[in-house]
Amino acid sequence: MSQFSVALRKPAATQAADRRDEIVPAVDIHEDDAGVTLLADLPGVPRDGLDIQVESDVLTITGNARVGLSDEAQVVHAEWRVAPLYRRSFRLGREMDSTAIEATLRDGVLSLRIPKVAEARPRRIAVQAA
Amino acid sequence: MRSLYFGAGALADLDSLREQFNGLFRAVAGPANLRAASAGYPPVTVGTTSDAVEIVVLAPGLASDAIQVTWDDGLLCIEGERQADVQAAGNVLSRERSLGKFRRTVELPQDADPDRIQAQYQDGCLRITVQRKRAPQPRQIPVH
Repeated sequence: MSQFSVALRKPAATQAADRRDEIVPAVDIHEDDAGVTLLADLPGVPRDGLDIQVESDVLTITGNARVGLSDEAQVVHAEWRVAPLYRRSFRLGREMDSTAIEATLRDGVLSLRIPKVAEARPRRIAVQAA
Repeated sequence: MRSLYFGAGALADLDSLREQFNGLFRAVAGPANLRAASAGYPPVTVGTTSDAVEIVVLAPGLASDAIQVTWDDGLLCIEGERQADVQAAGNVLSRERSLGKFRRTVELPQDADPDRIQAQYQDGCLRITVQRKRAPQPRQIPVH
């Protein structure tokens, strides 16, 4: 069973905090024996616009995108909101080591590696010949 | 006629701006009205100023050489392919991101200058600026 459940609803605290429309970023999540890799699409978010927080067992990704048309431009067609705010939260299982999360942001893709605590990793027990 | 699409009017543009989306499924054969057609991938926003057309595409996770921007007879075509991530191995818990080939086409106004198109990819966003041709200025011809 997965120790990494995806919280579908936003935490209540963030709902009133920011009036700006939020976008739930698309994510790919892969789990292996040693941990979990999360890839999130955050196009337009520079490194200093990214915020990753862990509060008790909830991991929250917030990305402030700085992208849009120039100020004088008149929008004639829009499929996304100017300067979107991405936000998504995930609940970390007890087996995840939230103190050792590694994050990289490249070309608008956030890559998070969350290792499992050592005790939670599967171990192979050698069977001794009698 | 085509210049009407990017005319100075605000609301008329939305109705007349046409775009062709030829995705993997080729759902739309010809140019479709944008209001009627569902948006494709990657999402596009278009704006105009008095001297340029700005197109911003949210296309994360691409190498800049994996994007092709071409101009052909007033149509700006944005093509690319997003490869699956190498590190994405193991048990899949979620797969929401768009991968694979994409193609989007934006119809440009008649005064767009194909010789002055700039494209820049940063933070997963492609920004294309197409300058408009300057309107011919009236000139006085001296009489000798």
